[in-house]
Amino acid sequence: MNPEVPLTTPGYGHGLLDVFRRRYLLRLIVRKELRVRYRGSVLGMAWSYVKPAVQFLVYFVALGIFMQLSGRIEDYAIYLFSGIVVINFFSEGFGNATRSVVWNAPLVRKIYLPRELFPMASLWVSAVHFFPQLVVLLVGTLIAGWRPGLVELAAGVLGFVIVALLSLGLGLLFGAINVFFRDAENFVDLIAMVATWASPVLYQWEMVQGALPGWLFTLYQLNPLTAAVELFHYCFWFPATAGAAASPPILMPPNMWMFAGIAVLVSLGTVLIGQSVFRRLEGRFAQEL
Amino acid sequence: MTTSIEVKNLQKRFTLRHNRSLKELMVAAVRGKDLSDTFLALDDVSFDVQEGETVALLGFNGSGKSTLLKLISGVLRPDSGTIGTRGRVAGLIEVGAGFHPDLTGRENVYLNAAILGLSQTQVEQRFDEIVAFSEIEKFIDTEVKFYSSGMFIRLAFSVAVHSDPEVFLIDEVLAVGDEPFQRKCLDRVRELRDEGRTLVIVSHDLDMVADLCDRGILLEKGVVVADGDTRVLVDKMRAS
Repeated sequence: MNPEVPLTTPGYGHGLLDVFRRRYLLRLIVRKELRVRYRGSVLGMAWSYVKPAVQFLVYFVALGIFMQLSGRIEDYAIYLFSGIVVINFFSEGFGNATRSVVWNAPLVRKIYLPRELFPMASLWVSAVHFFPQLVVLLVGTLIAGWRPGLVELAAGVLGFVIVALLSLGLGLLFGAINVFFRDAENFVDLIAMVATWASPVLYQWEMVQGALPGWLFTLYQLNPLTAAVELFHYCFWFPATAGAAASPPILMPPNMWMFAGIAVLVSLGTVLIGQSVFRRLEGRFAQEL
Repeated sequence: MTTSIEVKNLQKRFTLRHNRSLKELMVAAVRGKDLSDTFLALDDVSFDVQEGETVALLGFNGSGKSTLLKLISGVLRPDSGTIGTRGRVAGLIEVGAGFHPDLTGRENVYLNAAILGLSQTQVEQRFDEIVAFSEIEKFIDTEVKFYSSGMFIRLAFSVAVHSDPEVFLIDEVLAVGDEPFQRKCLDRVRELRDEGRTLVIVSHDLDMVADLCDRGILLEKGVVVADGDTRVLVDKMRAS
């Protein structure tokens, strides 16, 4: 063989860069995850519609009707659903990325491949599940008279990017820890549960502002998920409701864009931290599994 | 001559930790007992393998052969020391070879070949050949968890040889197949050898490796104790 080919050190990749270089392999792993997930299931992918639909129905009936939030928040159904899809994307992406390395133990133990592929594939899978929900949401908003501008659409994309980066970063971090301590899985379930309530999915930001001291409300807004949920509200709910009126009342929180910018930075930081921890622990994955 | 594999002062230590629940950790902390029980699997191992060499890693159970192979394939990382490999490395490590139990044979062929570095077109071109070599056409759409160990290794071996590796690592896999298939594999391995590819083989079938490999490296408790002609080493092992 050509002696020009350099000696390479086995077992050391280029982290997330390798994932972009090996897109074909990523695609195969994504397909594998989807196949394994719905193996032996009659409804298959339809479950990714059923679950959020039921979740939506329960929240809508309990909160919207019984607790009469739909009286206080205009088009509560759309408000609720545009938040739920964000949180579902986050919970699924984050949760599965955390479990991904352990789930793929048969591969990790026997053959070398860039292990970042597994959390990344989990994120893709959750994006695949996100899009049907988005379609349902779009149909709902169009019926409600959704006429978004470019800025509103950009807000939606930005919200998606924030959640994707955040899930990937946290997924890498907890996915690596999970190999050593399976406690991480349970911890992540806790985070997912809290996430639904720690961002303005079911209620409006004004209710939080009214109940919390100023600094705590700022902290609440610093949560990247809060920013992402508000961006989704701005994209899907605002142009369909009061935003469409000639002089809209103040419905979006102040400094939404500033907190969105901070959320992007926080999410990017999470990716960097997650990647560096993942790389540090990666060398011991095969022997621990 | 070009070096294919370069191993320098390799050390690998395993931690034998059995329990680490909160209770155990507390007890250990109170008693001042160290929970980490370590085991030195490889100690200061160095050698070079030239391109086109066929090397047998010899030694009894627990001597560190498989660990060494896993380090060369990149599945494990050394604690200290360095390894370098040149070109594409394909490894059949402990009858596993990187198949996912929940996928069918067909899906695993694609996945495994992509992991080994083949492109989509390359896999598609070679797919029929891979399946034909493995002789398990009938079961190719069955999930591999239902495969017998023989079928499993047939397919794994077939993918690995067809991935066109420059360095081929084989760990104790030839023992699983039946005699005709073993012969077929050995013929294929010899072909690879004659093409000038580098082979590193771990096997307890001493006659087979003596026949196949020119050079042997004898490991004992993680240390290289001899490096030389395979037949001489095999005789030495049998004498001890």
